[in-house]
Amino acid sequence: MERLTPVEIRAPGDWQIATVTEVKVETPRVKSFRFEVPMWMEHLPGQHYDVRLTAPDGYRAQRSYSIASSPLDVGQIELTIDLLDDGEVSPYFHEVVEVGDQVELRGPFTSYFVWRGEEPVLLVGGGSGVVPLVAMLRHRRRTMPELDMRLVYSVRYAGDVIYADELGGDAAVTLTYTREAPEGWSGHSGHVDAELLRAPAAGARLAFVCGSNGFVETASGLLLELGMDPGAIRTERFGPTS
Amino acid sequence: MANFVSRGFMRRRHTPEELADRLPPGQYFERGFPVLTAGPTPRVDTESWTFRVDGMVGAQRQWSWDELHQLPFENVPCDIHCVTKWSKLGTSFRGVPVDTLLEGVDPMGAYTMAYSYGGYTTNVPLADLTGGKAWLVTEHEGDPLPREHGGPARLLVPHLYFWKSAKWVAGLRVMDHDEPGFWEENGYHMRGDPWKEERYWND
Repeated sequence: MERLTPVEIRAPGDWQIATVTEVKVETPRVKSFRFEVPMWMEHLPGQHYDVRLTAPDGYRAQRSYSIASSPLDVGQIELTIDLLDDGEVSPYFHEVVEVGDQVELRGPFTSYFVWRGEEPVLLVGGGSGVVPLVAMLRHRRRTMPELDMRLVYSVRYAGDVIYADELGGDAAVTLTYTREAPEGWSGHSGHVDAELLRAPAAGARLAFVCGSNGFVETASGLLLELGMDPGAIRTERFGPTS
Repeated sequence: MANFVSRGFMRRRHTPEELADRLPPGQYFERGFPVLTAGPTPRVDTESWTFRVDGMVGAQRQWSWDELHQLPFENVPCDIHCVTKWSKLGTSFRGVPVDTLLEGVDPMGAYTMAYSYGGYTTNVPLADLTGGKAWLVTEHEGDPLPREHGGPARLLVPHLYFWKSAKWVAGLRVMDHDEPGFWEENGYHMRGDPWKEERYWND
């Protein structure tokens, strides 16, 4: 249990220059970037970093991205970034950033949407809302693989599953396709509903729900209907991080 | 870090020129009104709704929904700045100035905690709520304030980051000392002035 509660709440560090050590294409619209972070600080699964880009004329853009990696990756973090067409920071990451590039980062931030080892724990993610939940999944796998964690993950199309190679096996994963399932799929299709959530929510002490506002509103409403206490449902809604 | 340049990065978003000086550092121009809430959206009906001013005060006050609507409302054109980096410029709300709500209350402390239906709290110095700088609002751009944006009533403190404008607000507690509210305990700044970029604890 000790390894699941790695840090006390403390003030995060200042801006620092991290180096990209790995770029992984997750789906055509999602890439994961691993950074070597010189003034690295242990994070809690669910926390985020701020990224700051500076143009030659001094123009700057900042955005927040959830950490996808476990805090056991000492000195490193992984950020998974969804490409938004009219965005400013995500297209830069998708079109420009490569291994060896330097990026200004600052974090880790906020201690509300964080998992400290509570169980049974339910994770509900829509689209790239799964990113902070995967940090929880990965940390569990490396610390207490027997801990009762359930993930419900909603994506639109067959090709949209992020971290597809990691979702099999250990934690109880329920995947649903809302638009088009892969050929031969015998699992769930359609939007998250009470039927889909009933079993994973049964007995859950805490739920983490992350995705677009509409997704979070629907899923958290369903968890309330299933009898979960509002105080046991932590949500993170995407602002227009672009 | 002053000289750091991100290889190959160029500006892609453009703020309308006439609005550029209204955008605080690190913020970007957003036309929509995103929703950010740390938990399920509370349902508060106006039949049982009340707003209180309590804590270290000479006289506590409480209003029902109907009583609130006996008070003079005003239009509040303003810009709002979310700590998650978006700013919505040139929007408007309608509500009662906090100055009006504090009349006859005789606050005996310089700090307040705004508290909400659903359990949210945020600390705001009294000086940031008085002098025509804060309102209890029930309308946004001419319509009743939507539930997801804090309806039926939210606090509006537009000169501070928007997490200080507590949604579903139920009251203000006057205190003789400053104390962190919900986000302030979880890593955000005690005051939250967007022009000083007071986002996190050590800013």
